[in-house]
Amino acid sequence: MEFLDYAFMQRALLAAVLVGITAPAIGIYLVQRRQALMGDGIGHVAMTGVGLGFLLSTSPVWMATAVAVIGAVLMELIRWYGRTRGDIALAMLFYGGMAGGVMFINLAPGGSNANLNSYLFGSLSTVSEDDVTAICLLAGFVVLVTLGLRRQLFAVSQDEEFARVTGLPVRALNLLTAVTAAVTVTVAMRVVGLLLVSALMVVPVAAAQQLSRSFAATFAIAVAIGVTATIGGTVTSYYQDVPPGATIVLLTIAVFIALTALAAPLARRRARALAAAHPVGDPAECMIPATRERDGKVGV
Amino acid sequence: MSEPVISLRGVHAELGSRPVLRGIDLTVGHGEVVALLGANGSGKSTAVRTLIGQVPVSHGEIEIFGTPRQRFRDWARVGYVPQRTTAAGGVPATVTEVVSSGRLSRTRFGVLRKTDRDAIRHSLELVGMADRAKDSVNALSGGQHQRVLIARALASAPELLIMDEPMAGVDLASQEVLARTLSEQVAAGTTVLLVLHELGPLEPLIDRAVVLRDGCVLHDGPPPKAVGQHALPGHDHVHPHAAPDTEPIRTGLLS
Repeated sequence: MEFLDYAFMQRALLAAVLVGITAPAIGIYLVQRRQALMGDGIGHVAMTGVGLGFLLSTSPVWMATAVAVIGAVLMELIRWYGRTRGDIALAMLFYGGMAGGVMFINLAPGGSNANLNSYLFGSLSTVSEDDVTAICLLAGFVVLVTLGLRRQLFAVSQDEEFARVTGLPVRALNLLTAVTAAVTVTVAMRVVGLLLVSALMVVPVAAAQQLSRSFAATFAIAVAIGVTATIGGTVTSYYQDVPPGATIVLLTIAVFIALTALAAPLARRRARALAAAHPVGDPAECMIPATRERDGKVGV
Repeated sequence: MSEPVISLRGVHAELGSRPVLRGIDLTVGHGEVVALLGANGSGKSTAVRTLIGQVPVSHGEIEIFGTPRQRFRDWARVGYVPQRTTAAGGVPATVTEVVSSGRLSRTRFGVLRKTDRDAIRHSLELVGMADRAKDSVNALSGGQHQRVLIARALASAPELLIMDEPMAGVDLASQEVLARTLSEQVAAGTTVLLVLHELGPLEPLIDRAVVLRDGCVLHDGPPPKAVGQHALPGHDHVHPHAAPDTEPIRTGLLS
């Protein structure tokens, strides 16, 4: 455990744990709403923020947060208003964000795409004290929202139309989800990078689903997988000199594959148990009196 | 009669640029069971969606419990059962988790107390799904899923139930449970607005039928008596009381 003696590793591990918690925590609602790739889109938009940060010599993390939040709000507005051309508008937002990032960073004094690289794919060893402070604050916000409002976010993500009739502020909650996803993207940016963020939002949730029947259990297992993978990836990259972001993502995918292989026999057993517990279930649909009667009359 | 529970006056609505509702009037009185009938595309689901605020209204007024819909906040008094297709999340959820959403309108900040948990269990008992409380909704049949959605609507102990095609794709056993649950609710004084494709097994409960065609009210009165081929089960129960190209009938009862 000698890696714990280095200050940069302590910072890296703290950041990694926070990413392991927050990315699946907001990702589960995105998956529930079938917007699994929203995190990827926000990541593209956040590149403009990183570029602007370099150009204006301010913190790229806070600048990326600001731009990602604006991008996420725009995406949500496009979802409301742009019905048929929504996907085209989103594509323009994503690729505009990416092109803006490349452009701004090249305009910045002494800036080149090499600076961008550590934000695109993550670079734990360069995480600064200021970065860690920002990541802690932002992660706190994400945890507060995803846990504190879990029933409301669950209801809105499960069935928006019904949520409206429970009097929930559906639009405000949708916006909050988008903003929280944007914040998570910037939390994870230094660890796994903007292009790999979405994997950590989606894959742990998909892996957890192989084992769970309830939303609460899926949430808990996904966060456990996220934290395990981020710590595992960070430590591996210390010993093996491999890029941490890629290691973390490959680890979560390995977990997904392992759990999927394990889950098949488990699901069969559960189905048998269910069939035994509810022997009647639905009646066999081989006899429907109403239809028979109609057939008799119409046949004349 | 006291003030109506639901009142739509001259409601127009568009989906995209296509007018779907072209000035409909609909009143549902306290304790009434009203069926909203019509063919596919007649606007019956859209009418309900304007009522709950999912579809914006371009003209006209909507009141719920005598309050303009924009200012209506007392949503715990309303239970809603959407078309089943709208309610499928991408993450597994148990029957209890889904039904708990229906109780949110009675909680403060989404915190469930013991009375809330009791109410959730009770509404599952009403639809005969208490033994499946911990199962994933994905493991249920269409009819069982529909019963869960009705339990969710009942969880806030509403005075008004709005149901969009509650019998669509539901097996016979569940249809019987649903009809029984609904008649218990009606006997207890609940007001019901049902969107239906045909009257079907709920026919004995229905006080009044409103038939829509092309976004206009075509008939408002006692449920149309089925005759001849129309009486056959499974028949699409729409009665063209006027030729399609004539003006919609204004009954005068509602204005």
